[in-house]
Amino acid sequence: MSAVLPAALPAPQTPLQRFLEEFFDSRIATLGFVLLAAVVLVALVAPLIAPQNPYDLAKLDLMDSRLAPGEKGIGGATYLLGTDGQGRDMLSAILYGLRVSLYVGVVSGIIALTLGALTGVCAAYAGGRIEQFVMRVVDIQLGFPTILVALILLAVLGKGVDKIIIALVCVQWAYYARTARSAALVERSKEYMEAARGLGLSGTRIVLRHLLPNALPPLIVVATVQVAHAIALEATLSFLGLGLPPTEPSLGLLIANGYEYLMSGKYWISFYPGVALLVTILAINLVGDQLRDVLNPRLAK
Amino acid sequence: MTVYVLRRLTQALLVLFVTSGLVFGGLYLVGDPVEILVNPQADQEERARTAAALGLDRPALEQYGIFLKGVFTGDLGKSFVFGRPALEVILERMPATLELAFLAMVISVGLGIPLGLYAGLRPHSFGAKTIMAGSILGFSLPTFWVGLLLIMVFAVQLGWLPSTGRGPTTEFLGVQVSILTWEGLRYALLPSLNLALFKLSLIIRLTRAQVREQSLLDYIRFARAKGLQRSRVIGVHLMKNILIPLVTVIGLELGSVIAFAVVTETIFAWPGMGKLVIDSIFQLDRPIVVAYLLVTVFLFILINLAVDLLYSALDPRVRLTEHKG
Amino acid sequence: MTALLQVQGLVTEFAGREGRLRAVDGVGFSLARGEILGLVGESGSGKSVTGFSIMGLVDAPGRIAGGSVKFDGMELVGMTDGELRRLRGKRIAMIFQDPMMTLNPVLSIETQMLESVLAHDAVSRDEARRRAIEALGLVGIASPEARLAQYPHQFSGGMRQRVAIAIALLHRPDLIIADEPTTALDVTVQGQILYEMQRLVRESGAALVWITHDLAVVAGLADRVAVMYAGRIVEQGSTTEVLDAPLHPYTRGLLDSVPAANVSGGRLRQIPGMTPSLAHLPTGCAFRDRCGHADRACAEIPGITLRGSRQVRCHHPL
Repeated sequence: MSAVLPAALPAPQTPLQRFLEEFFDSRIATLGFVLLAAVVLVALVAPLIAPQNPYDLAKLDLMDSRLAPGEKGIGGATYLLGTDGQGRDMLSAILYGLRVSLYVGVVSGIIALTLGALTGVCAAYAGGRIEQFVMRVVDIQLGFPTILVALILLAVLGKGVDKIIIALVCVQWAYYARTARSAALVERSKEYMEAARGLGLSGTRIVLRHLLPNALPPLIVVATVQVAHAIALEATLSFLGLGLPPTEPSLGLLIANGYEYLMSGKYWISFYPGVALLVTILAINLVGDQLRDVLNPRLAK
Repeated sequence: MTVYVLRRLTQALLVLFVTSGLVFGGLYLVGDPVEILVNPQADQEERARTAAALGLDRPALEQYGIFLKGVFTGDLGKSFVFGRPALEVILERMPATLELAFLAMVISVGLGIPLGLYAGLRPHSFGAKTIMAGSILGFSLPTFWVGLLLIMVFAVQLGWLPSTGRGPTTEFLGVQVSILTWEGLRYALLPSLNLALFKLSLIIRLTRAQVREQSLLDYIRFARAKGLQRSRVIGVHLMKNILIPLVTVIGLELGSVIAFAVVTETIFAWPGMGKLVIDSIFQLDRPIVVAYLLVTVFLFILINLAVDLLYSALDPRVRLTEHKG
Repeated sequence: MTALLQVQGLVTEFAGREGRLRAVDGVGFSLARGEILGLVGESGSGKSVTGFSIMGLVDAPGRIAGGSVKFDGMELVGMTDGELRRLRGKRIAMIFQDPMMTLNPVLSIETQMLESVLAHDAVSRDEARRRAIEALGLVGIASPEARLAQYPHQFSGGMRQRVAIAIALLHRPDLIIADEPTTALDVTVQGQILYEMQRLVRESGAALVWITHDLAVVAGLADRVAVMYAGRIVEQGSTTEVLDAPLHPYTRGLLDSVPAANVSGGRLRQIPGMTPSLAHLPTGCAFRDRCGHADRACAEIPGITLRGSRQVRCHHPL
């Protein structure tokens, strides 16, 4: 009988390689990733590439205000995207605004993720009454629309970058907590957990080394959705006049500033910041979608 | 069954109680409404008088106590700005918000389910790809920005539709409703479209996901093996299974739409609860804010309860096991 | 007497990541009225796909790539879906493996049975109801009127399968294809269902294709047996002949590996190696890597050798 010789297998890929290959398999996701990278890059170097510092009041000239895109100003500079009611260059304002928007969205996301994930995982580990109670709180909070919670919080807290980050964290943590707990539950019921406990491993070690890492993939997927949502929410709140003060305008505030000029046809003051916002959120969502498909086992069969 | 409902209601009351306390406490710490309401030149005496009239001179706990007592009698305090009972003011504005939310849900469900169904049944068609691309765009677009664009295009440029405000109302079941007339609908169209956009995208994606998931299950193949018409397989077998999770999501989204109306009402100057509460926040008109909160939370609780009941009505597995136990 | 069902050279392909895989590769058999054929094979052998192919229920990314399926003289391959639909449920019925998943969990039994009747016969609802109750009674379900109003989750596994059988019998089909109908059931219930099916099929004169991986089931039930491996039928013949004196090494291996066949205390005999995945089949005879008699000739796909009324695909039949 001929022995079965296995055919030569290709060198095994690391999980990371496989992940990257599957992720970039989609053209749309690649596009999203490129867009996102571009947005982040631009935001990071904004002060270097912006034609003008929009918050340096000394440099502003009211004579330059409300110029349409492409028009030249008093000093001879061409304003690629026009100027706003105070003579600020829209392009620069958008670049700086992008920075603020991203900063707020990402920071609040990271904090909410950390807090939420730890809460969820610890609750799953603790089990029993504590878990029930924590999850009940989570469920109740999730039953409230995010905008309502944020609204009330900001009404109480007032304006400021730190305040809006707090509000966004309060709004988002519950979602992370729930995801982390579900993932941890799955792990908790696996046999090796019994073994770990039997060996007397400390709770912290179990939580950190076992439960948390396994909760990461779904958490990452949730994170992309949430960050996009946070950025949109912050923009909405700023638009309504809550949250960020005029000294640190995000894209939302820029759009709000342009509201009054809409009727007279000076659309660019609201339009272009919105485009920037759209591109950012869209890019995050595209990446997030593909992440979900790739990190989720047995999905697109 | 009744035990279940009772339990949910007590839970709800607890939530209401806690939230009202938190909000009341939080708002109390913020600013001084007297400053806003009183002429800046007013002297100390006048300020004291205004404060007393609004009950603001009493200690915080006492104010809260008065408030709580009032809740049981339906008196949520008097609006600082309007001088009328806060609850009354809120309820007056509620129909406007509700009709907007209703219209938005009709649009998003009425369009969302058919589009999602199509995208799920023919996933590789050009139509499906367009629909899915559109849906990603739909929930990436910032709602308020779209609202501005809608006004700009349809009202300012094209002049087809009015840009702000609510249309003429007619009476319906004792309530003033504007969407029962053509003229009223003209005013409601842009804001409800704006409000619907996000939900529409969500429903399309959800429906499509459900269709794809359920289509692979054996009972669909069995139905075809019985020789049933395709229209029946999709229209009855598939739809009934899809509708169950869909209905729960849609119900919950209704609450979210009501809350999000805050933004749309501001942009389109729609005189609903949302616009009122934003203005009240800036004017530090606390009773209105608290009343709004309590009313909306109560609405959400009702909606959640209704969704639960609907779910058990639709899914025989849930309904019947409850009765057994 | 012409065969009721004649399958020739049936090829069903699936387009996948690793290219086009042939789940069914040149399958052929015939079935006379009232005959019971046992289609035996491991999972992945293509037996279920054969059943679906006959019914025309192969969905993308799969498709019937060639061959012919003649039912009562009509060619099913290439028929429009509309024409096939008229045959399905009425003249050819199918029973699936897991009745919990095949009966729609949110529709009542009444809905699911009546729609089956009304899809093919223009009768009144009352008449359809009467037929449904009669069918339920036929499969041994007590108080059928009460049961009609219930939902699938209120039935036990065995009962659900009886309902599925009742649905299959509603129109007294000429051919029933049963895809592992007892695999998901308890052993005791399995026996009951087997008995019922045999009785019903003999009474109604329907032909039956019983798809299974369990030789024991086939032994008591089927008139003829066809053994499948990696998409091909490797041996066919009457049940007694195939089970008593198998011609193909795979059949021999299957019989040997049944624990009951061994002397107690003796070693369990297994076929060495593992079932190959369709993407990595050896060239020629698919069984050669696991066969004790394989040699260089087996690099060619064996044709069908006839031995009386039996068929075998092997270069070195036993």
